[in-house]
Amino acid sequence: MLDTQPDEGYTTADGRKIGGVAMEMKNITLRFGGVVAIKDISFDIRWGEVRAIIGPNGAGKSSMLNVISGFYNPQEGEIIYKGYRRPRMRPYQVARTGIARTFQNIALFEGMSVLDNIMTGRLNHMKANIFQQALWWGAAQREEEENREKVEKVIDFLEIQHIRKTPVARLPYGLKKRVELARALAAEPSILLLDEPMAGMNVEEKEDMCRFILDVNDEFGTTIVLIEHDMGVVMDLSDRVVVMDYGKKIGDGTPDEVRNNEEVIKAYLGVTDD
Amino acid sequence: MLYREAGDFKTSYTSDNQTFPIRFDRYGYYFVLGVAFLIMPLILNDYWTNALVVPFLIYTIAALGLNILIGYCGQLSLGTGGFMAVGAYASYKLMTGFPDLNIVFVILLSGLITAGVGVLFGLPSLRIKGFYLAVATLAAQFFLIWLFTRTPWFFNYSPTGMISAPTRTIFGVPVTGASASAVSMYMVCLVFLVALAWLARNLTRGTLGRQWMAIRDMDIAAEIIGVNPLWSKLTAFAVSSFYIGIAGALLFTVYLGAAEAGEAFGIDKSFLVLFMVIIGGLGSIFGAFAGAFFLIAGPVLLKIMLVDNLGWPTDLAAHLEIMIIGALIIVTLILEPHGIAALWRTIKEKLRLWPFPY
Repeated sequence: MLDTQPDEGYTTADGRKIGGVAMEMKNITLRFGGVVAIKDISFDIRWGEVRAIIGPNGAGKSSMLNVISGFYNPQEGEIIYKGYRRPRMRPYQVARTGIARTFQNIALFEGMSVLDNIMTGRLNHMKANIFQQALWWGAAQREEEENREKVEKVIDFLEIQHIRKTPVARLPYGLKKRVELARALAAEPSILLLDEPMAGMNVEEKEDMCRFILDVNDEFGTTIVLIEHDMGVVMDLSDRVVVMDYGKKIGDGTPDEVRNNEEVIKAYLGVTDD
Repeated sequence: MLYREAGDFKTSYTSDNQTFPIRFDRYGYYFVLGVAFLIMPLILNDYWTNALVVPFLIYTIAALGLNILIGYCGQLSLGTGGFMAVGAYASYKLMTGFPDLNIVFVILLSGLITAGVGVLFGLPSLRIKGFYLAVATLAAQFFLIWLFTRTPWFFNYSPTGMISAPTRTIFGVPVTGASASAVSMYMVCLVFLVALAWLARNLTRGTLGRQWMAIRDMDIAAEIIGVNPLWSKLTAFAVSSFYIGIAGALLFTVYLGAAEAGEAFGIDKSFLVLFMVIIGGLGSIFGAFAGAFFLIAGPVLLKIMLVDNLGWPTDLAAHLEIMIIGALIIVTLILEPHGIAALWRTIKEKLRLWPFPY
């Protein structure tokens, strides 16, 4: 899908190819009763880029991610994905269009092993019907092994071989975050949404996570949209940044542009107008 | 040193995915199957078959079914007794309506009919969760029993309101009705149980099982990664009710022979199977066996000990039995809230390192 609009692509300083527009938000407005969580926001996501959404607490970043993953349906505006306007969809239907995500508060399946958790990420690639599964015959067994192989690659990639069969509930926080990333990656998404992938991590774990995110983007060419509070991380990782405040977009551009944007500085440092 | 996994390297995903990855377990499983199919039929007498073995086999099927719904998919249900009644009355109507139909198909069809009814009563689960769902299924329990006692069509207008199973044969051997022998009853139930347990294991280790468990552990995250909640909840209700329906049909046709809905399939049966699932271990196939054994064999063994060995009066023993079983349930739940299956897992993990735990 990289060449939907080939003329718009460009190459970054470090030699990665950024394609045309993958997804475009057009005038998205999301309200909860009287509260306006997102107010008339438009931005786009290009194939292959790392797109960050930043902003103070309560700015509507997570709501934006929830809109993309179909968890909320905005009252106004539309989402153009892969060149088509996306109709209202349930979250599981959105997942089937190649969008995977991780959560701010880890949302793993605590009662299952790491391997089973990551295997759930392959659900959309498994088609055996209930009778084949009951008899463990034909497509069911074949799929199980093919997908296990894919999952093992993700496990190798994220260096979690040693905890493969451990129940998730027993893992420390940092590893849980990594398993959650593994589950999202196992789906082989076109767009990967990461909601604060580094929240609550120590420096070493953050560095590991940064490395994984860059590797995912680099090796698989996965488009990544991430929300993060650590400005150092955001400025280093991302190609373009959207800045939100009180549900409005106050900045959009490369990390350097955003860093020098008056309004962004105001929102973050709290400069008064007079 | 027999029970170990060190040195038992797996070279393919098939062998890594098998049900009993440890060699000793595998041989133990074959041994148990061998004893069940070859040796038990030779040594079973009428008393043990009727008091212990056949009820254990049938309730294990019901516990497997309920475990799929509660333990794997996390949907609380108190309608087990009602769904068993659906299986029983379906088998009765099929047996009397189509006398030439083989009993095996009668039981399977009863399971399918119950699955349909289960899906119908599972529909509220899409909207309500937890205790509220339990109350909705409780309504199913009372409604179904009311339906079967008040609608004469279901018991073929018999004046007593009872249903009774006519004699049916498999390969010329009677398995239902008064002339059925203990061994034939045992074999029918055993074959159904082994087949259904195998199917349950396959369903729960594959994609569908992972969908169920995902819904159980965190339904929002499950939906985000692509699990259709409608499909997974309703399949869980269907499969669970299929098992419970077969258990109900077997209980009526093979074991009881005659039944009345309110008495044989009352709310106490719902709780009995629920206790089996909780004590045995939620989300475990082995747990269904362990829980059913605990609650079926417990009272029988206590009665033998108190009445036959100590010579206590029967009524006193019956009351003590209820109290002791109740106390045992509480003690088990305090010591091991995740059931006998979790206890078994802990023992296995210790054994893996034994005798050199470093």
